[in-house]
Amino acid sequence: MSDNGYKAGSNLEKILTAGTFAVTGECGPPKSADGSVIEQKAKLLKGYVDAVNITDNQTAVVRVCSMASGYAAQQNGVEAIMQMTCRDRNRLAMQADILGAATLGIKNILCLTGDHMSFGNHPEARGVHDLDAINLIKMYRDMRDEKKFQCGDEMAVEPRLYIGCAENPFGDPFELRALRLKKKVEAGADFMQTQCIFNVPKFKEWMKEVRALGLHQEVKILAGITPIKGAGMANYMKKFVPGMDVPQEIVDRVAAKEKGEPQQAEGKKLAVEMIKELAEVEGVAGVHIMAVEWEPAVPEIVEAAGLMPRPAVA
Amino acid sequence: MITAERKPFDEILELVDGHKKILVAGCDTCVAICLTGGEKEAEILASELRIKAQADGREVEVEHTAAIRQCEWEYLDMIAARVEEADVVLSMACGIGIQSLAEKFAPKLVMPAVNTNMLGMPQEHAVWLERCVACGECRIGLTGGICPVVRCSKSLMNGPCGGSHDGKCEVTTPEKEDIECAWALIWERLKAQGREELMFADRPPKDWSKSSSGGPRKMVREEAKPV
Repeated sequence: MSDNGYKAGSNLEKILTAGTFAVTGECGPPKSADGSVIEQKAKLLKGYVDAVNITDNQTAVVRVCSMASGYAAQQNGVEAIMQMTCRDRNRLAMQADILGAATLGIKNILCLTGDHMSFGNHPEARGVHDLDAINLIKMYRDMRDEKKFQCGDEMAVEPRLYIGCAENPFGDPFELRALRLKKKVEAGADFMQTQCIFNVPKFKEWMKEVRALGLHQEVKILAGITPIKGAGMANYMKKFVPGMDVPQEIVDRVAAKEKGEPQQAEGKKLAVEMIKELAEVEGVAGVHIMAVEWEPAVPEIVEAAGLMPRPAVA
Repeated sequence: MITAERKPFDEILELVDGHKKILVAGCDTCVAICLTGGEKEAEILASELRIKAQADGREVEVEHTAAIRQCEWEYLDMIAARVEEADVVLSMACGIGIQSLAEKFAPKLVMPAVNTNMLGMPQEHAVWLERCVACGECRIGLTGGICPVVRCSKSLMNGPCGGSHDGKCEVTTPEKEDIECAWALIWERLKAQGREELMFADRPPKDWSKSSSGGPRKMVREEAKPV
């Protein structure tokens, strides 16, 4: 822990530590060396989110790396949560990259296993999986708190990190899901973001187990929200995205509207309703809004959910 | 056992293109049990090559043989005369057998007629499932006798990823519909054993230096060496 009492001193850490309801967003870097994309997305989200996840080759598709994109987001006024998957890097690269990210001023890191290569555009790639996400969390915590590399060697200056993890309340076996979060918390996770929530009753059931284990007091839980852009997207997520639980009534509700603007409006309305409902769940410390390739919808949703203005942190 | 699949015929043809005396060498151990590269399969491949050569109007001599085990020097001695006569040997053994043959008779040209694919278990007749990657550090005592290194698509050591659904792996596709989630299986097994607490045991990063990542491995049993 540093002099100011914070682990990393990021906006996100300060807001969550203060007990303020946090809002995070998500940006997918572009599939080319176009440096303007992150700049534009950051400008859209600036002031509406406390920090933004920068995805790491999401769905196993090659994009600008999360470190460069995270740096670009911060240059444009939005704090980054750099995602790091175990799929593409071994422990040398994961430690080197976090040191590099820290020297660039990145303070929030999200430790993930990563979608399997078979889903992406290089299904012939060799998956690394040297560590798993829990090993990764522990490694970064030891770098920060013990100033030690995974091998045990010591370092002069530690990376100051606010360490995040993800968990999917809708994955199976359900009885393991809260216990797996416990394992991540014990490994050193400071905050966690959930998979997109569409099945609210199931999420509440999971939160009951999380609270029974006392985890909501040890880790800041951000509930995942994805605004649905149309019935096609809802159907796609229901059928093809691993680990998603989209109840049929959600698909039907959006599909009942006309395609285009009416369906988009319904998707945004649904997101706002869900944010309001999830904010009432004991132990939910914030929301993580994943507007996949639909960042312009975020300001409106945050505003309508009554989450503006975002707190200014010193 | 070690399992292998025969390469596509066109690829095999390319490997022996231009050679006049071809020996197809089977191996009567693992690859024979998985019905890929035993003496019978060597005989079949030799026939196919002869028929193809005849159809193309090429003069090629194709013979076949098999070693009891291509991976052991003494069994290779038994087929030495046949190997010496050939311009090229098409080995149907696993990667170990092919290399043993190539080393024993170097610089004789030895080509692989199969792709060695796994250390597998015959689940039912004509179906094999991968069960081991010879990682050099077996921890299945902690996972109910089920290996997460090879049976979890991401080799996770600390429980199922978010893609586990109804006992199936997220990699499940129409072509690979049978992949079971290793961690769902492990959890059920540990429960049946009354050892649920093992699910939450600390599992530090794996030592991959004991796997092929550490370079080619060598095992010496001093006590077993001849005096």
